[in-house]
Amino acid sequence: MYDAAPATVPSAERVYRHRLPTRIWHWTNALTLLVLLMSGLMIFNAHPRLYWGQYGANYDHAWLAIGATETTGFLRVGSLRVETTGVLGRWTDKDGVEQTWAFPGWATIPTRYSLADARRWHLSFAWVLAIALTLYMLWSAFGGHLRKDLHVRRGEWSPRHIWQDIKDHARLRFPTGEAAARYNILQKLSYIGVIFILLPLIVATGLTMSPGFNATAPWLLDLFGGRQSARSIHFIVAWLLVAFFLVHIAMVLLAGPVNEVRSMLTGWFRLPKAKGEAE
Amino acid sequence: MSDLILPRRDLILRAGGLVAAAGALPLLSGCDAINDAEPVRKILSLGEEMHFASQRALTDRDALAREFTRADLSPIFRSNGTRMPAGAGYAAHVARGFADWRLKVTGLVARPLSLSMADIRAMPQRTQITRHDCVEGWSAIGEWTGVPLHRVLAAAGLRDGARYIVFRCADRIGDADYYESCDRVDALHPQTILAWALNGKVLPIANGAPLRLRIERQLGYKHAKYLTAIEAVASLDRIGAGKGGYWEDRVDYEWYAGI
Repeated sequence: MYDAAPATVPSAERVYRHRLPTRIWHWTNALTLLVLLMSGLMIFNAHPRLYWGQYGANYDHAWLAIGATETTGFLRVGSLRVETTGVLGRWTDKDGVEQTWAFPGWATIPTRYSLADARRWHLSFAWVLAIALTLYMLWSAFGGHLRKDLHVRRGEWSPRHIWQDIKDHARLRFPTGEAAARYNILQKLSYIGVIFILLPLIVATGLTMSPGFNATAPWLLDLFGGRQSARSIHFIVAWLLVAFFLVHIAMVLLAGPVNEVRSMLTGWFRLPKAKGEAE
Repeated sequence: MSDLILPRRDLILRAGGLVAAAGALPLLSGCDAINDAEPVRKILSLGEEMHFASQRALTDRDALAREFTRADLSPIFRSNGTRMPAGAGYAAHVARGFADWRLKVTGLVARPLSLSMADIRAMPQRTQITRHDCVEGWSAIGEWTGVPLHRVLAAAGLRDGARYIVFRCADRIGDADYYESCDRVDALHPQTILAWALNGKVLPIANGAPLRLRIERQLGYKHAKYLTAIEAVASLDRIGAGKGGYWEDRVDYEWYAGI
């Protein structure tokens, strides 16, 4: 607070919004999820087909496949086939060599094909994700984050309130003053969805793909309907997290990137003024 | 106010830039340099050791892999790796229906063995319908019949110093023979069998005829095919390049393939 010169900036305009565990977890996750996504895309390249059920290999029906013809690359979902030459299935690497792996080198770790190396990155950073997530969930539950910040109040559940928040977001009308100090309903639902649904789901489906862990916890196979179903869900959840990331970044940019990023670094958030409000 | 805020903002932006740069590092081709750096590889291999240690700690040593029913069988069981071992020696065995095939059991055992296929079929058998998981991501379900490895090791008398079992194979990939290895826990596991039948028929050549390993709690590359010998050893250091398997030696596939 040393820089909040009282003469011009009343202290009420700045709020301590993100506590240290939140900030550490946020940036740990930013890096971890990036590594997991990019190494995961490389692992997918080893067998770019997805199935439902206990088994699935080349002779079985894949609900999603990325592949190449003689001249093109394509993505097939169900019976819908889209040509993706240049991006998926057939693309040119940085040395100008045409490749027919599913995801291109710029999107994978490592950039050149290596299933073994991608697994090392993926299975090591999986530990970081799972341990940090567990600690953060415990801290959220017992440290008050869940109760004070993420808890959805009774009034917020009303369809009218939710619809109003959707309209405000669509019009890029962001809360100002005191209201900006709290999460709005869409924020609460998306953070709860990521922390308590998507991230646990991606960890659990990842573990379900492990033949060793299947012997430890066979019920996971029943929960997800088989190893290949778990692999499909793992892939879908990864892209849901990418979708969350894109909306998240868009909102940060629209709501004031410096203030938002600063608050995730220092904890201190400057409450935005309403339009026309005197400086 | 601004002269107070700006230095801090500058600091924050620079810190933000650093985080962004760390995040963006893998995006650059410098990523591959990081990937290839020996200290990084060492740190990343810790992940495997943690998976191995935690799975061993959490899992009963005899906990079974899921067994399925005939209704769950893959319509076609995919083969992978070597589908037809090269060389006149193997071709001659095929021509004679593997009548002279021998499985040697050597190393740290009280009674070295040399078993014919008839000897192996005369031992107590186990049939199991299990899922085969390739490291690449696909799975196939098949019914396997064979002799539990613990029976063979009991017949040979495993000595105390034997910590690992090495599996020698008749197929060569490139310039070296395929081989694999596992520890005593997986070697003595009730579902670890030397299989000679798949889906009620004699094992096809593409799937490892006449004899292959099934080690059901690990990935496909551990399931050595075309078995010629089993060797009980105290250490893997002097086997191949010392990492415990053909792919482990060449491309750093993890020795423990339970994850």
